Amino acid sequence: MIISIASGKGGTGKTTVAVNLALSIKDANILDCDVEEPNAHIFIKPEIKSKEKVFIPVPEIDKEKCNACGKCKDVCAYNALAILGDTVLVFPELCHGCGACSYFCPQGAIKEVDKEIGIIEEGSINEIGFVHGRLNIGQAMAPPVIRVVKKHIKNDRVNIIDSPPGTSCPVISSIAGSDFCVLVTEPTPFGLNDLMLAVEVLRKVRIPFGVVVNRSDLGDDKTDKYCIEEKIPILMKIPFNKDIARAYSKGEPFVRCFPEYKDMFLVLLGKIKETIA
Amino acid sequence: MKVCVTSQGADLNAQVDPRFGRCRYFILVDTDTLEFESLDNLAISASGGAGIQAGQFIADKGVKIVLTGNVGPNAFSVLSAAGIEVFTGVNGIVNEVVEKYKNGEYNSSDGPSVDSHFGSK
Repeated sequence: MIISIASGKGGTGKTTVAVNLALSIKDANILDCDVEEPNAHIFIKPEIKSKEKVFIPVPEIDKEKCNACGKCKDVCAYNALAILGDTVLVFPELCHGCGACSYFCPQGAIKEVDKEIGIIEEGSINEIGFVHGRLNIGQAMAPPVIRVVKKHIKNDRVNIIDSPPGTSCPVISSIAGSDFCVLVTEPTPFGLNDLMLAVEVLRKVRIPFGVVVNRSDLGDDKTDKYCIEEKIPILMKIPFNKDIARAYSKGEPFVRCFPEYKDMFLVLLGKIKETIA
Repeated sequence: MKVCVTSQGADLNAQVDPRFGRCRYFILVDTDTLEFESLDNLAISASGGAGIQAGQFIADKGVKIVLTGNVGPNAFSVLSAAGIEVFTGVNGIVNEVVEKYKNGEYNSSDGPSVDSHFGSK
């Protein structure tokens, strides 16, 4: 089973929900796909056992063979190539590594060379599996790193994917293939606005989803009303509690400090299983 | 002589568009006759690499001189590889800036004037 934890707005509590849900289940596998700023490891504190570099193929032009026909530039969907006179300019930082340029080059003048863009670290703590990706500083292509993180999905486990915030490519890459997506929000105008954007995405990609409202006793009741109107299940509410905030600031998952919350997360898991059964 | 001005509108009375890669129009003006042609900038909706696409587009049109507000590093690489002279910090109405250019009031740039993604902020 694959459960992804997403949100529209950042800072609503995705990692909190992902980490505490994982720790409430015995043998979960947590995959931190927020490769631009992974933070689940701070709470999980896994022992890292293996590291693997992530590369994408970027074009290298053989000037002897190239006749500047422009085919590579025409097929590049990302504007990573330009042809000026008889010179081909390559912009590796815009390249998504799709390989279209070398595939279509009539002269066979394009060789793909590996460019390192990030690293994957895998480990575990007790029975919980852990993996995350880390995009190198200055790199912009999160999806290729996310795809490698997701190769560590284990079919016999409950896989919990901690997604990046927002609604763009890295989020789509993270949640793709999930059996269920939990949208974490907060009952504020920003939280609701971005929740609505995330709901649009999930309806488009057709992944079943429900909402967790964090800091549920702050803000207003507009999020509740929206979910009722849109027939979106509210799966769990986490109250605003200074003890939870204090634990978070120390890097302590709150189910470790307050084991009574484990039951709430198991109820959440039960509801998810019921929905996708 | 022909110059290319980035513009927010399709004629000579329009405001200069301060962005290069994501400007609305390129106006190609003959500095002697003031005859002009306006071209839609298709790169305005590019998800990335707008400056590169826009630079390629006007290089393919044979442009040699660009007057604009700002140019980012990728666009500047394309424009300089194409041998296009770039004048940044240009603002006002298109026909006025063409006049100022003729009077030698602008200095050509030897590097990008802003960082990447400036025009999409």
